[in-house]
Amino acid sequence: MTGSFIEAPVAGATDPVLEIRDLSVALPPWADRPLAVKSLSLTVGRGETLCVVGESGSGKSVMARSILRILPEPQLRIASGQILLDGEDLAQAEARRMRQIRGGQIAMVFQEPMVSLNPLMTVGRQIDEILEVHTDWRKAERRRRVIATFDDVRLPDPKSIVDAYPHELSGGQRQRVMIAMSLVLEPKLIVADEPTTALDVTTEAQVLTLLKDLQTKHGTALMFITHNFGVVAEIADRVAVMRFGELVEYGTVGEVLNRPQHPYTKALIDAVPSLVPRKRPVPAADLPAEPILTVRGLEKTFGRPSVGLPWLTRLLPLMGQGRRAAVKAVNKVDLDIRRGSAVALVGESGSGKSTLARCLIGLEQADAGSALVGGNEIVGMSRSAWRPLRSRVQMVFQDPFASLNPRTRVGDIIARGAILQGQSPDAAMAQAQQLLELVGLEAKAADRYPHEFSGGQRQRIGIARALAVKPDILIADEPVSALDVSVQKQVLDLLDDLRRQFGLTMLFITHDLRVAAHVCEEIVVLKSGAIVERGMTADIFANPQHEYTRTLLSSVPGRNWQLTGRRDQPQTIT
Amino acid sequence: MSTSFWTRFLGNPRVLLGSIWLVLVVIGALAAPLIAPLDPFAISGRPFVRPLDGFVFGTDSLGRSVWSGLVHGARTTLLIAVIATLAAVAFGGLLGALSGFYAGRVDNLLMRLTEFFQTIPSFIFAILLVAVLSPSTTSVVVAIATVSWPPIARIVRAEVMSLRSREFIQAAITLGERDGVILFRQILPNALSPLIVTGSLLVATAILTESALSFLGLGAPNFMSWGFMIGAGRSFLRDSWWLVAIPGIAILLTVLSINLVGEGLNDALNPRLRTL
Repeated sequence: MTGSFIEAPVAGATDPVLEIRDLSVALPPWADRPLAVKSLSLTVGRGETLCVVGESGSGKSVMARSILRILPEPQLRIASGQILLDGEDLAQAEARRMRQIRGGQIAMVFQEPMVSLNPLMTVGRQIDEILEVHTDWRKAERRRRVIATFDDVRLPDPKSIVDAYPHELSGGQRQRVMIAMSLVLEPKLIVADEPTTALDVTTEAQVLTLLKDLQTKHGTALMFITHNFGVVAEIADRVAVMRFGELVEYGTVGEVLNRPQHPYTKALIDAVPSLVPRKRPVPAADLPAEPILTVRGLEKTFGRPSVGLPWLTRLLPLMGQGRRAAVKAVNKVDLDIRRGSAVALVGESGSGKSTLARCLIGLEQADAGSALVGGNEIVGMSRSAWRPLRSRVQMVFQDPFASLNPRTRVGDIIARGAILQGQSPDAAMAQAQQLLELVGLEAKAADRYPHEFSGGQRQRIGIARALAVKPDILIADEPVSALDVSVQKQVLDLLDDLRRQFGLTMLFITHDLRVAAHVCEEIVVLKSGAIVERGMTADIFANPQHEYTRTLLSSVPGRNWQLTGRRDQPQTIT
Repeated sequence: MSTSFWTRFLGNPRVLLGSIWLVLVVIGALAAPLIAPLDPFAISGRPFVRPLDGFVFGTDSLGRSVWSGLVHGARTTLLIAVIATLAAVAFGGLLGALSGFYAGRVDNLLMRLTEFFQTIPSFIFAILLVAVLSPSTTSVVVAIATVSWPPIARIVRAEVMSLRSREFIQAAITLGERDGVILFRQILPNALSPLIVTGSLLVATAILTESALSFLGLGAPNFMSWGFMIGAGRSFLRDSWWLVAIPGIAILLTVLSINLVGEGLNDALNPRLRTL
């Protein structure tokens, strides 16, 4: 614990299962820093949950992997230090001993349950395999144990799920299978690397409760790696904050969340969008309240039954069976968006929020209904008829790494829209440079290529591209969900600023209620393609009417931590 | 980025060897009249002169210089292979791009057409085409291009389909960019790497097809080519091995070199290796 300010009382758990001493992990020579993890020391006590928090690149996953010694050697290797599991140094253990420890003593749960499970094996068999390796039980006995464990993680109908393949399960169920897999040998320690990040908020809440319950029941120690402070507030006993491979703060959950010492921790916690709903911004009141976007009975169905060749399907009935059943992605949606308002479209994955947005911007063709953009009917409109309307509606995309053409200069990317709207290339380029400054980048960034920028910077470029045609409506499809927490906040604030500056109308698609509360004063909740509730954010947060909205709200991790105490703003409802 | 591409590309010893051989062949083909002044069809000495006995590579049954044949043959073979490949890449690329971009009915139609061509055994199809069109340089090029475009179309289609769903293409659509511009300025430059790799390997196949056609006497009649030399020399294989062996080795080395270079291109252009 050299050179750190950590005080002795909080540093160690009383009865440590895992003790990491002065661990350093070396990176390959071409990396941006020599050590992924730099003389890090921490302990996890029996039956305790330690949350390791950090942004991407902080070395938290590398640390977790080095405990199980599953680093991609020789590129990444443990340079020095000890990893003591009940006194046994894993950093020096032989490969054979490590195989016994993995699964048996320490188990790991990964982020992406679909990738972590073998798609060609039934989930029951995949757990059975672990028992086969680590025990000498008979087949029937192993099967009983697998079913018991599935019951333990509250999978519905464990007897039949044993024989299911991963693709037949939902994301949440797959993650339960992963947890069952880690629990089946009753390990001393479970290392969970962002296990709920890929899940919907309601599923996340269920999985977190489950983990907590199982931990109490089995007395397992849990090391939980996350970037989400809400999750930390929900489950942690103690918290370790990492940055650039170093431990910057380490203490009990109450201390770290409510009285953070290190400026980095403070910044991270402040960057978490508040769940306290925002009030209507002042300028919005001056704007006319006419609807700029009117949607009536909009419908979009995917996977329609066979197109063409019905006679063939009749002759060979098997041919039609491979087709997906029709899914109503957008089901009779009515929506009015007034000029200058900011509306959040909230829902879980598969709720049709992205499809609705894509219909409104002409990337998908709606099947039925009507949508008026500034008085122009867009349903059934051809791509060429859309062209003059492009300057009215623009979109900011989710993935900043996929949304910019890697072979085009940033300036050309931004200027292109204005050129298409008839501006001269020189004027468009000059405007692109102004926009770059407006979104917080330098004008000379125009000459560089997208790969030279970080995720947050790229998202700013994406925003500048959308603004270049001076749109009335900006549709933002999960614009911050691929970004780190501290960057998220900056991008959200930028969007908010720009909206006020340009009098933009914003349709903001998100699965994150915090983000919705931070930037939008109106909320529309979607479920299975239909709107279940809509209204002012403040009203809905204070008094949700629909049951689904209530579930969504109560599922937000760390909700109590944020709504009580820490925020100094009063919880006023407008 | 360009410097790192070249170091990665030429730093690979196999690529270096392949490139050296290819450069030699190309120089030989370009400078054929200078380094082999004898007409490859002219009788320039006694028949069946052994190599290094007055003629570098000896003479054939009619007393024609094998060295001249080899150098002038490189010209024909390379020219036909490269033109045929370019034609195949252009045609297959266009079809694949349209198919991948417009999907749906267009895709169905074009892909069934591609499959139609893929189901015909390609070499027999090529023989048939040359026989119908009567042997000439053009008909050999047409035949080779006709049998080699389907794989290109498939690769370009797959690449365009995956790029089409990428967000930067969606962004171009929402900006009101025209389809042609999206296809040629945004999608194709990003699909270039696999196209270059397949195209380079296709040259090797084209050389083999051209040689096989010439061997059967279906090549361009007034041009010396490697396949023709092997075909003409095969009856004397036991007495004059060099008539077959020398052009045979030339084909082997050239095809091998192109494959090595193609693999090297693949490694150097592969984005997953590029991040290191």
